[in-house]
Amino acid sequence: MKLGGFLLLLSGWAIVVTALLVLHGHAVPAFVYAGFGVEVLGLVLVFRGHLPPSEDEE
Amino acid sequence: MTPDIQFSFGLCLVFILLVPLAIAGLALVNTGLGRSRSAAQAMTMSLCVISVAALAYFVCGFAAAGSPLSISFGGVGTSVVEPARFFFRGANALTLVVALLGVMSVGISSLIPLGASADRYRVGAACASTAVFAALTYPVFSFFTWHSRAGLFGAGSVGVLDSGGSGFINVVGGLTALSAAWILGPRHGKYPPKGMPAAIPAHNQVYVLFGCMLAWMGWLGLNSAGAMLYSSIRPEGAVLVVINTTFAAAAAALTSAITTRIRFRRPDASLIANGWMAGLVASSAGCAVLKPATAIITGIVAGVLVVLSVEWFELHLKIDDPCGSISVHAVCGIWGLLAVGIFAGSGTQFTAQFVGMATLLGFIFPLTYGLNWTLNRFIPYRVSLDGERQGLDLHELGADAYPEFVVHSDEFLQR
Repeated sequence: MKLGGFLLLLSGWAIVVTALLVLHGHAVPAFVYAGFGVEVLGLVLVFRGHLPPSEDEE
Repeated sequence: MTPDIQFSFGLCLVFILLVPLAIAGLALVNTGLGRSRSAAQAMTMSLCVISVAALAYFVCGFAAAGSPLSISFGGVGTSVVEPARFFFRGANALTLVVALLGVMSVGISSLIPLGASADRYRVGAACASTAVFAALTYPVFSFFTWHSRAGLFGAGSVGVLDSGGSGFINVVGGLTALSAAWILGPRHGKYPPKGMPAAIPAHNQVYVLFGCMLAWMGWLGLNSAGAMLYSSIRPEGAVLVVINTTFAAAAAALTSAITTRIRFRRPDASLIANGWMAGLVASSAGCAVLKPATAIITGIVAGVLVVLSVEWFELHLKIDDPCGSISVHAVCGIWGLLAVGIFAGSGTQFTAQFVGMATLLGFIFPLTYGLNWTLNRFIPYRVSLDGERQGLDLHELGADAYPEFVVHSDEFLQR
């Protein structure tokens, strides 16, 4: 889960940078926010991956 | 140099000379919020880390960061800054001012992870981690911030606005603190198998609160110098920077006091101190462009955010951050960057701030986590359990910070 989260973080950033380099005009903000959204999903996964196992899981 | 530029140069140098007070303040806050049996180690580690950071930045950090290509210094004319080189070679006077502020900034940034890893971090490992941080992680985002404003993504693109370093100083340090806290794990006894996490109290609140006052002085210098160098404000514009910084910190501290009073029935000194620091951090990005009223709103949000965030990290995410460094520097630093987009910019600037936040979370965070994870394989970060029980002063330095006082044991931990 941690690795998946970090990969999502990197993917989100790649979307943002690609949008800046490739696109022009009104499409850029949309892709920037979309990329940031992917990063938020990645963050959730990274945080969940670092949670200690609960008593039930143990 | 024209007389105008000479005046701006001198004023900027005076502001930069205030910044070590922020470093001293942060070190005091970190030490005071830790345990008495690790106090000398915390201060020693702070000094070692600052030294390593300064030297690593001198050797290759500044060259990796690259200086701003040209700056309208103090809003007077445009001066070309010589390209940064290893060991500051070939630097002109203007480049050296940028480099000096960089040395001070990397000192502040490298102290932030020590707060999240207090009472269990080895001095040697902290120095190794800081060398990598100052030579690579910190410069990468400085490069991004400066060059995004100089057309990194094409001519006419709007760059990230971060005059005083909410992002390139605080969030970078805060994300490294989060990585270190995960890699180290919680302090012994912090999370018992059943029940609530143990509250391990700060050992000296006076250090903490005095540290906040020192940090205030330092932050006034940091934000003013940053605004002059990176946002091209004229010398008289520094007054607004000082007002914004002070108002944001004041609003954040009061809001933290009210929030803790509502949530815990009494104002909490540690969290009020964290609120004060959070206000300073959040004010940094927009100190040159915010209006006093919006600086106050920025502070109010930071004051609430830091209290909720500290609680969330401790209780729900089970991250042991003794000094609240992640909440103060990472969370409120991100808020500072966003606040600039909301209050001080156009739609294009709002998007540019998101690009900065996306780079911090999507590139800098995996980078710093990966580097620290790898380094931990070769130089273990954490002291042994015996060392932690004994206290890091005796374990690492062989002498206590307070040899004539009774050192508290673990009486507040659940058994």
